[in-house]
Amino acid sequence: MASLEVSGLTKSFGATHVLHGIDLAVEDGEMIVIVGASGCGKSTLLRIVAGLETASSGSIRIAGREVSALEPAERDIAMVFQNYALYPHMTVEQNMAYGLKIRGLPKPEIARRVAEAAGLLGIGPLLARRPRQLSGGQRQRVAMGRAIVREPKLFLFDEPLSNLDAKLRVQMRAEIRRLQRRLGVTSLFVTHDQTEAMTLGDRLVVMHAGHAAQIASPMEIWARPADTYVAGFIGSPAMNFLEGTLAEGGQVVALKAGPVLRFADGPRAGGEGRPLTIGIRPEHVELAEGGIPLPLDLVEPLGSETVLHGRLPGGEALVVKLAGPGPGAQSLPVALPAAALHVFDGETGKRLDP
Amino acid sequence: MRKTVFNGTALPLLLLTPQLVITAIFFLWPAGAAIWQSLLQEDPWGMSSQFVGLRNFTEVLAEPEWRGAAWNTLIFSSSVAVLAMGTALFLAVQADKSIRGANIYRTLLVWPYAVAPAIAAVLWLFLFHPSIGLVGRALNEAGVAWDYKLNGNQAMLLVIVAAAWKQVSYNFIFFLAGLQSIPRSVLEAAAIDGAKPVRRFWTIILPLLSPTAFFLLVVNLVYAFFDTFGVIHALTGGGPGKATETLIYKVYVEGVQNVNLGSSSAQSVILMILVIALTAVQFRFIERKVHY
Repeated sequence: MASLEVSGLTKSFGATHVLHGIDLAVEDGEMIVIVGASGCGKSTLLRIVAGLETASSGSIRIAGREVSALEPAERDIAMVFQNYALYPHMTVEQNMAYGLKIRGLPKPEIARRVAEAAGLLGIGPLLARRPRQLSGGQRQRVAMGRAIVREPKLFLFDEPLSNLDAKLRVQMRAEIRRLQRRLGVTSLFVTHDQTEAMTLGDRLVVMHAGHAAQIASPMEIWARPADTYVAGFIGSPAMNFLEGTLAEGGQVVALKAGPVLRFADGPRAGGEGRPLTIGIRPEHVELAEGGIPLPLDLVEPLGSETVLHGRLPGGEALVVKLAGPGPGAQSLPVALPAAALHVFDGETGKRLDP
Repeated sequence: MRKTVFNGTALPLLLLTPQLVITAIFFLWPAGAAIWQSLLQEDPWGMSSQFVGLRNFTEVLAEPEWRGAAWNTLIFSSSVAVLAMGTALFLAVQADKSIRGANIYRTLLVWPYAVAPAIAAVLWLFLFHPSIGLVGRALNEAGVAWDYKLNGNQAMLLVIVAAAWKQVSYNFIFFLAGLQSIPRSVLEAAAIDGAKPVRRFWTIILPLLSPTAFFLLVVNLVYAFFDTFGVIHALTGGGPGKATETLIYKVYVEGVQNVNLGSSSAQSVILMILVIALTAVQFRFIERKVHY
């Protein structure tokens, strides 16, 4: 078990800059989820920590030891790959024992660890099989087992659930979380799925175009996203963004769609007319008599809730999530509660706090 | 696989005809003739022939010359297979790594395959001929008694190298394809598991290449049995003495030079049985063996 510190990490492939200075401190036993869209550099970051790629600059310390110059094998890490990367010509047992054999552990110790991990993951009956005789979920478990038996300082997960079907993914997600808690191994988990990120991580790193846009706990990120990218990425359906300008000495925002809203938590800095982007989550939009009329163009019933798509008077799209079945009406009056507003700079997209 | 269902039998038969005709003319007919011929004995002038049953076979198998040729074939084909496959595997591993100029490198490596056996032999002759060959002369000037025209072992060595050189290209293509089909992440997993490059090669790469290697082994043996006639004929003519006379070369010597058609046919039938057996083993193995 160990801590991980990444500081000033950059990576370029020729003229293409993939990572622009990542700083991250992971505490012992913490599970960090790195989340972002394809091409944001999240996998590259993980592979650099693993030692499969070399950083252009910056340092990586595992348990206080600088590992940038070390081979993957010398970093005392284990990695679970998206396609599992099991050795196809070996049985499940041999797959799990491979790393231990190389480290020269005595045979009884190898057998003990493999049996223990197999018991933990419920793959005991599969030990004599080969990977191609296993289902996707079973392969996933074997890949986990191969990582566990090594008893590494650090677990790295590279989108390990992407190849599973939806139901299995949810199940394995919970299983990974339970296992990680139980073993208490420091973990880095890469995914593009925000639900996976929210449910798995103690903290999330939201990556955007090679930067860590925000590093915080899932609830913190949900409640106080650092910029419009993070705000739009985390949460489903995605946050609504409305254009507006600062007015009345920073006390209110005048929305392009018409209404003027007073900030609940105090004035924002900046001159009159400063462009703002106002964010509001679909579940926070309320129905209110005499509110802004919202003509609907699509209603998505999801059973326990309903997602409504409509357009505000100014032409901006607004998505509303309501509990229970949707209304029959073609148009609804909506209100945007001041307490639920997120205020971002209209130009940089950065969060503006009072 | 998708199955196409034909109405009636005329069209499918028509589509099969070219292949069947080719097989009949170039394989079934000559093979049948060889089998028939192998049961006959001709008089020295080729005027009459007489049915002798399996006597040609029993005589051939008892001949010390035939056994010598069989031994030569064993040495020759196993050496060619090992040398050609070993070299090809080495080159393929390098080509799999190299980034810059990889395409040029690969193209160059494939060229020897396009060279006709006799031409390849002449190329090696110009290199290793004791009096006109570049390397051959250099060797002699350096004090090495190099003359494959006199020394049987040297002659064998030369035909092995020349025959293997031609086959390296073919093996290289297959090994490279095999290497490239190994998922990168499997090798990365092994690296994280602590396997150094050499160990990764022996415990991961080589086992995953074994289906390819086995296929190539059979192909190389068949190549060494049959297709190397041109190389041997142009380089050593089976000599000196009978040092480089392989089974296929002996079929030629017996049938064309000695005009002993019955014996020659019996020998080629034996070769045919050998290759059919090899192919059968290969098919059985491939059916059973895992494809990763």
